[in-house]
Amino acid sequence: MSSTAKKKGFGATIWDYLTTVDHKKIAVLYLIAGTLFFVIGGIEAMLIRIQLAEPNNDFVSAGLFNEIITMHGTTMIFLAAMPLLFAFMNAAVPLQIGARDVAFPFLNSLGFWLFLFGGLFLNLSWFLGGAPDAGWTSYASLSLASPTHGIDFYALGLQISGAGTLIAGINFLVTIINMRAPGMTYMRMPLFTWTTFVASALILFAFPPLTVGLFFMIFDRMFDANFFDHLNGGNTIIWEHLFWIFGHPEVYILVLPAFGLFSEIFATFSRKRLFGYSSMVFATILIGFLGFMVWAHHMFTVGLGPTANAIFAVATMAIAVPTGMKVFNWLLTIWGGNIKVTTPMLYGLGFIPSFVAGGVTGVMQASAPLDYQLHDSYFIVAHFHYVIVGGIVLALFAAAHYYWPLMFNQMLNETLGKITFVFFFVGFHCTFFIQHFLGLMGMPRRVFTYQGDQGWDLFNYISTIGAFLMAIGVILLVVNVIITAIKGEPAGRDPWKDGRTLEWAIPQPVPYYNFKQTPLVRGLDTFWIEKMEGNKEGMTYAEPISDIHMPNNSFIPFMISFGLFVAAFGALYHQDADKAWSLPVLIAGLAITFLSMIVRSLKDDLGYHIHKEELMNEKGGKK
Amino acid sequence: MSHDVTHTRTQQEYEYDRKRANLGMRNQVTVFALMIFLTFIAFASVQAGMSAYLVAPLILLFAAVQVALQLYYFMHWSEKGHGMAQFFMYSAAFIAFTMILAFITIIWW
Ligand code: HEM
Ligand SMILES: [Cu+2]
Repeated sequence: MSSTAKKKGFGATIWDYLTTVDHKKIAVLYLIAGTLFFVIGGIEAMLIRIQLAEPNNDFVSAGLFNEIITMHGTTMIFLAAMPLLFAFMNAAVPLQIGARDVAFPFLNSLGFWLFLFGGLFLNLSWFLGGAPDAGWTSYASLSLASPTHGIDFYALGLQISGAGTLIAGINFLVTIINMRAPGMTYMRMPLFTWTTFVASALILFAFPPLTVGLFFMIFDRMFDANFFDHLNGGNTIIWEHLFWIFGHPEVYILVLPAFGLFSEIFATFSRKRLFGYSSMVFATILIGFLGFMVWAHHMFTVGLGPTANAIFAVATMAIAVPTGMKVFNWLLTIWGGNIKVTTPMLYGLGFIPSFVAGGVTGVMQASAPLDYQLHDSYFIVAHFHYVIVGGIVLALFAAAHYYWPLMFNQMLNETLGKITFVFFFVGFHCTFFIQHFLGLMGMPRRVFTYQGDQGWDLFNYISTIGAFLMAIGVILLVVNVIITAIKGEPAGRDPWKDGRTLEWAIPQPVPYYNFKQTPLVRGLDTFWIEKMEGNKEGMTYAEPISDIHMPNNSFIPFMISFGLFVAAFGALYHQDADKAWSLPVLIAGLAITFLSMIVRSLKDDLGYHIHKEELMNEKGGKK
Repeated sequence: MSHDVTHTRTQQEYEYDRKRANLGMRNQVTVFALMIFLTFIAFASVQAGMSAYLVAPLILLFAAVQVALQLYYFMHWSEKGHGMAQFFMYSAAFIAFTMILAFITIIWW
C-alpha cells in the first residue's frame, strides 16, 4: 500500500498528479499553473510597456492593445495571484494546524482543475477570434458592444474558474474550523492560517455577486436579455456595483494572505514572537468586514450623489486604521529582534515601505473630491500596482523562497535570491513610482498611445526601463529554481533553523500522511516552544501511533472540470447561426460533467488505511 | 484517527442520552406543528379575502419566523457547537442587507 519513496516512471508521475488529492501535490499544481499564467500576464505587461515607451508608437494596434491590457489584468488577478496564494495555503495551512489533509481532499482537487480549465478557456480566446477587450472590469456598456467572442470567453472562463475558487475557499474554511490539532485554539493559530481563514470567508461572500454579475452578462450577450441595457429598461450601473461588490473584497482576498505570509516571515527572522498577535487577528477580521462596505469608492465619478460618496469615502478611510495597526505590529516585531536578513526577510523589509506607499495613495483616492481628479488616470495605475506588486507579488516571491524547502526539500540559492530581489524591487519602483506623476500630469489610463511633448515622454520611457528590470528579476528567479533543482541538495527539517510553527516540525520530505501522530499544541509558535524545552522531536503527541485513514486518488475532478470546459465552447458558439455543431458540443460537455458526478455519487470510495505496523517501520516519522 | 477504541456506556449515560433524545423529539414535533399552523394561517388569510396591506406583511412576518425556526430547530442552531455556522450566516445576512440597502437607495432611488 505504501506509495512513498518509490521511484516512478514519467507517465506514472503525470498520472499521479492528474489524480492526486494530496494537498501537498495540489500545492505544486497550483504553483506550476499559477507561474505559467504569471509569465503569460508578465509578457502582456511587457508588450504594454513597449507600446507606451514612446509617443505615437505603433508597436501594437489600438484594438490589440485593449485586448492585451484586459488579459493582463484578468490573468494576473484571477489566474496568477490567487492560484499562487492557494499554492502556499495548500502547502502550509494543513501542516500549520496539525492536520493530515484538508477537510475535503476530493474537492480540493476539483477546485484546482476548475481553475485551470477556466483559465485555459479564457486564454484560448487569443487563438479563437480575439481576446476580451473591455478591461478587467468589463463595464457593461462597453462589453455588451464588443463585437468578437472575447467577452464571452471572459464571462464563461471566469465562471468556471470562479467556481473552483469558491470551492477552494469553502474547503479552507471547513478545514480550519474542524481539522485543528488538539490544543490548537483559534488564538494559537499562526497568522498565515488566520489570514487564509478570513480570506476564505471573503471568497465565500464575494464570489457569489461576481457569479450573478457574470450570469447577467452571459444572458445579455447570448440570450438578448436586458439586465444592463438601458434602452430596454436595464441599468448598466448594476454591473459596476456587482463587479465592485466582488472586486473590492477580492483585493483583500489577495492581500490578507500576503500579510499572513509576511507576519510569519517577520517573526521567524526577527526570532521573536509576533508583536501584538491578538491585535493582528482583530485587525485581520476587521479589514475583512470593512472590505465589504467600501466598494463604491471605485464609482465616485459615476454620480451616486454626495451622500453616498461621503459615506463610502469615510468607510474607505476607516480601513486605513486596522491596516496601520498591522504595519506598526510588524515594525515592533522587527524592533529589538535578533534579525537575520535572509531573502524572504529582505522581501519583507522591502514590502513595508512599498505597501505603505500604496495605502497612502489609496486614502488619497478615498477622498471623493480628489478622486474626481485622479480617477482613470495613471495615478490609479500607480496605486493599485503599489498595493498589488508591492504587497502581494513581493509576498509571493518571499514565500517562494521561504516555503521552497517545505514544498521541495531544497533551498533556493540565497545570494541569487538577494540579487533577484534587488532587480525586481528597483525595477518595480522605477516602473510605478513615476506613474503617480504621469497621472497628476493628466495621462489617462488605458490609452494605447499619446501625443509627444506633453511632458510625458521621458517618464513613460523610464517606466518601461523599470519593467525590463522587473523582467530580469523574474528570469533570475526561474534560473534560481532550475539551478536548485539540478543541484538537488536535500534541505532537511527546519532548514531556516528558526522555524516557529508546526509545518517546520515535520521531517523532510513531508510524509504523504503528514503527521504520524497528531501533535498536541501547547501554545502559539508550537515548534518554538518544543525547541526551547529541548524536545528533539519537535512535537508532543496527542495520540499513540494507530491506523491512518487516507483518501484514494481520483480522476473524476479532472473529468468534471473538463466537461464544463467542453460545454463552454458549445455555449459560446451557439450564438453563431452557422455553427450547428455547437449544441451537440454543449450537450456532450454537460453529459461528461454530470456522468462524472453520478459516478462519484454512486460508487463508494472509502479510501484505505495505513496500518500501524507499516507506520512503525517507516523511517519518515521518527529520526 | 484511531477506530479501534470502543466505548461502553454506563447505565446513567444511557438514560441521560435517552432523555435528551426524547426532549429533542418533542421540540421538533412541537416546532413542526407550529410551522404547519403558521402556514395554515397564511393560506387562510389569503382565502378569507383580507386586505393585501394586512396579508402581505403578515406573510412576510410568518416567513421570517419560519426561517428562524428552521435554522434553530431543524438545523440544530439551538444546540451547542453551531456558533461558527451562526456567525457566518449572520455575517452573510448583514452583508446582503447592506447591499440591498445600497441598491434601493442609490441605484433605484
Ligand atoms: C488603505 C487601503 C486602500 C484604500 C483606501 C484604497 C482605495 C482605493 C480607491 C478609492 C480606488 C478607486 C480609485 C478610482 O478608480 O478612482 C482604488 C482603486 C484600486 N485599488 Fe485600492 N485601496 C486600498 C488598498 C488596496 C489594496 C490592498 C489593493 C489590492 C490588494 C487595492 C487595489 C485597488 C485596485 C485594483 C484599484 C483599481 C480599480 C480599477 O479602477 O480598475 N487597493 N483603491
Ligand atoms: Cu477598492
